[in-house]
Parts: sequence; structure tokens; C-alpha cells
Amino acid sequence: MRRFLPHPLLTVSLAILWLLLANQLSAGHVVLGALLGWLIPFATSSFWPERIRIRHPLTLLRFLLVFVIDIVRGSFLVAWLILKGPARLRPVFVEVPLALETDLAIGLLANTISLTPGTVSARLSADKRTLIVHTIDTGDAAALVAEIKQRYETPLKKVFEQENA
Amino acid sequence: MIDILLSLLIITGALFTFIGSLGLARLRDFYTRLHGPTKATTLGVGCLLIASAVYFSVRDEGVSLHEVLVTLFLFITAPVSAHLLAKAALHLKVRSLASTPAPDATTNPAVQRNPAD
Repeated sequence: MRRFLPHPLLTVSLAILWLLLANQLSAGHVVLGALLGWLIPFATSSFWPERIRIRHPLTLLRFLLVFVIDIVRGSFLVAWLILKGPARLRPVFVEVPLALETDLAIGLLANTISLTPGTVSARLSADKRTLIVHTIDTGDAAALVAEIKQRYETPLKKVFEQENA
Repeated sequence: MIDILLSLLIITGALFTFIGSLGLARLRDFYTRLHGPTKATTLGVGCLLIASAVYFSVRDEGVSLHEVLVTLFLFITAPVSAHLLAKAALHLKVRSLASTPAPDATTNPAVQRNPAD
């Protein structure tokens, strides 16, 4: 099983990606998409040393929902801050200590941070233990770190890193 | 009815994109400027893409989901470029309104490992 289908999730994603690109749902495209989804993982297997497992799909769904809400919220916030005037901004660099260990989860966390309310991840320390985050305006840096950890890191850890599902 | 909805979406999208660009011009240091285009524009482009998907789905009698891909690729690439810009700026010690973190020389082992950088 492992040998013939090294990355089932990637296969499914690629097939769906192909159908979206084709923008139509015909039998031919389903077959072609499945074929591409099956072949491409072999060509790119060196980029995916480990098999990805999603352990709590519901947690992942809830995380995605929070993520979408935060994008909307963050956009309004940043738009308001820009309009209100840049003079009163209180930009700060904060250090977020990471509990995540895998590259995939850290990458997703960094992306999430960059896409949500007034924060951009700026640097990952070389030992992958702290992420430096720039925030456009905050009164309380500690609360921001706690929010990032609780809102994004905890669910990511649960979905991608927890051993016993 | 659908026209009104689409117009609203497009106007909202254009407004957010505009505010994002305005941020680029108005904000005062490199790091805060980074926030304008990455955030406000995400929602702006999102609104425009939803409008596009709805319009083509209604007009062509078939669901148009191309736009999902644009969103997906945007969401993958935008934060990566923002991260790299911020990282490069930190490395070059670009002037910042916030006190920049010290780790470059002290706690970041990468710098100690490659002093040639």
C-alpha cells in the first residue's frame, strides 16, 4: 500500500486541484486528475519525507473557520488602523515560543500568523524554538502571544503532531 | 438582486485593495507597511474572487470554481513573501518604529554558525 500510494492526501488534493483547473467535472478529467495525483507524488517524493497524518478533522475544520473569521476581522482592523492615521500605531516585535516540532506545522503556523490580524511572522530562530512576529499595533504583547498560542498553535499541534489520536 | 450583491462585493473588494495600497504610502516604517498589502488586500482580492465565481456560475449555467485556486495560491504565496521580506529587513537592520529584537547577533545560532553572511 505504502509503495503504490505514498501520499494518499497529496493524491486526493492534486486530483481536486486538477478538476478545479479544468473547471469542469467530466469522466475524462476525473481519470486524468486521478492519474496525475497518483504519478506526481512519486516525482516529488523527496520533498515529502514523511507521510502527513491529519488526526482530528473536526479540530482542523474549526481551525479553518477561526482562520477565515480572523482574516475578515484582521482586514477590517488593519484597514481601520491605516485610515485612522499611522501616527498612533504601536508596532512591536514579539517572540512566540513554539511548542510545535514538525516543519509542516511550523510553516502552517507562520503562514496563519502572516494572514491574520495585524501580524506578520518575521523570523524563525535557527533552532526552530521561537518565532519572531511583528505586530502593527498592540497594547499588550503578552496577551497577543497567548492568543496566537491558544487560537492557532494548540489546534495545529493537535491535528498534525499528537501521537495518540 | 444578484447584481446588487455582486456590485457590493466588487466595491468592498476595491475599497479594501485601495486601503491596502494607501497603507503602503501612508505608514511610516518598512515593517508596518508590510501589513497593508498583505492583510487588507487578502480580503479585497477575496471579495473580488467571490464576485467573479458567483457571476460566472450564474451566467454560464455551470459552477465556476477557478477562483478557489486563485485564493488558494494567494494564501500560500502572500505570507511566504511577507515573511521573507520581513526576515530580510531584520537581517539588514532596516529602520523600525518598534524596537527590533536583538537575536540577530546573540540568540540566533544561524548567524553565529555562518559569520560570512
